[in-house]
Amino acid sequence: MASEYTTSEYIKHHLTNASMCTTENGIAFNKACADAGFWQWHVDTLAWSIGLGLLFLFIFKRVASKATTGVPGKMQAFVELVVDFVNDNVVSTFHGKSALIAPLALTIFVWVLLMNLMDLVPVDLLPSIAGLIGQYGFGMDPHDVYMKAVPTTDLNLTFALALGVFVLIIFYSIKMKGIGGFTKELTMQPFGHPIFIPVNFILETVTLLARPLSLALRLFGNLYASELIFILIATIGYFQLPLHFAWAVFHILVLPLQAFIFMMLTIVYLSLASEDH
Amino acid sequence: MNINATLIGQFIAFAVFVWFCMKYVWPPLMAAIEERQKKIADGLAASERAEKDLELAQAKATEQLKEAKAQAAEIIEQAKKRASQLVDEETQRGHAEREKIIAQGYAEIDAERNRAKEELRKQVAALAVTGAERILQREINAEAQADIVEKLVAEL
Repeated sequence: MASEYTTSEYIKHHLTNASMCTTENGIAFNKACADAGFWQWHVDTLAWSIGLGLLFLFIFKRVASKATTGVPGKMQAFVELVVDFVNDNVVSTFHGKSALIAPLALTIFVWVLLMNLMDLVPVDLLPSIAGLIGQYGFGMDPHDVYMKAVPTTDLNLTFALALGVFVLIIFYSIKMKGIGGFTKELTMQPFGHPIFIPVNFILETVTLLARPLSLALRLFGNLYASELIFILIATIGYFQLPLHFAWAVFHILVLPLQAFIFMMLTIVYLSLASEDH
Repeated sequence: MNINATLIGQFIAFAVFVWFCMKYVWPPLMAAIEERQKKIADGLAASERAEKDLELAQAKATEQLKEAKAQAAEIIEQAKKRASQLVDEETQRGHAEREKIIAQGYAEIDAERNRAKEELRKQVAALAVTGAERILQREINAEAQADIVEKLVAEL
């Protein structure tokens, strides 16, 4: 914890994304973007998430293109373990043929897990490095340099994932049941009488929307809360060390669990969408 | 914490990642895993088959060994039988040979004895004649008295 901060400033600083926007004067950052509204970019979230995604794809692609059907190497064995784990879950949950579901589940699981694991990086490390680079590289006030390194604590990311899942839910619903079937599902359930169409429609729409919304908010909420606790622990002085350790050990469980839940629910939702009731 | 354009960027990134994973990562990995599973299954099946074959071969070998033993015993039995038969035959032949040789010996002895008898008779006859000549002090026509001599000889 840098000494010149007050506690609330410190927490606020650590929970603010580095944002970028275009103004009349060209590209601007952070505080200059306060009025930019929708058209600003969280460059830290984008950089970390895309970087981690590329890392995942790079490793898996390299293993995939060198994959041997004989005795696998250690890396291939590990990758196959992950792939097999995801595939088992997909096969046991999604009854149907789809070339998309399994790779989707794998991408979600590994990518979200990698982003979650950023939570275990000491809370001050990346913001401090970013601050030093900002201060000495660009002559900025380190207080104005933000770096939120856990992409899953950014609602934009979790909503982007959920939006992707939502698009696929709609896509699979229409593909499997047709537009008519999908419309009927939205309007003739749970009460099978034309009088209830408006009520049914409201209920079913809420059900439909609740799925991606809960996906996004669950992941965001869990990770945001755990990151917040890490930051809070970081404000209490030397006692933070055992506490940090305990909280980090706990998150060895929580972080993969959240990634797993996101993957599992995605499979379940898509399975529901592609089944006739 | 506000929703902004990052959402769009993340959505695009997500879509691209999933597409890439679906196109280039999942199929070769799955193919490798399934190929290996098939190989292992084949190997297990082959080993099971080999085990069965081995069992079969062992049973067959035991069977053949038993058969061979039986055959050997039979052959030995036959050989023994044949040997005793041979011995019997040889013994019989030996006996016959002995009898024959003995009979021959007897016959030869008989012939020899007869010849000796004849010689003796002749000599005795000659002696008798000489003896008679001396007794009678006279010349006796041996030929004229041959019938008497013959009679004498026959009486010997």
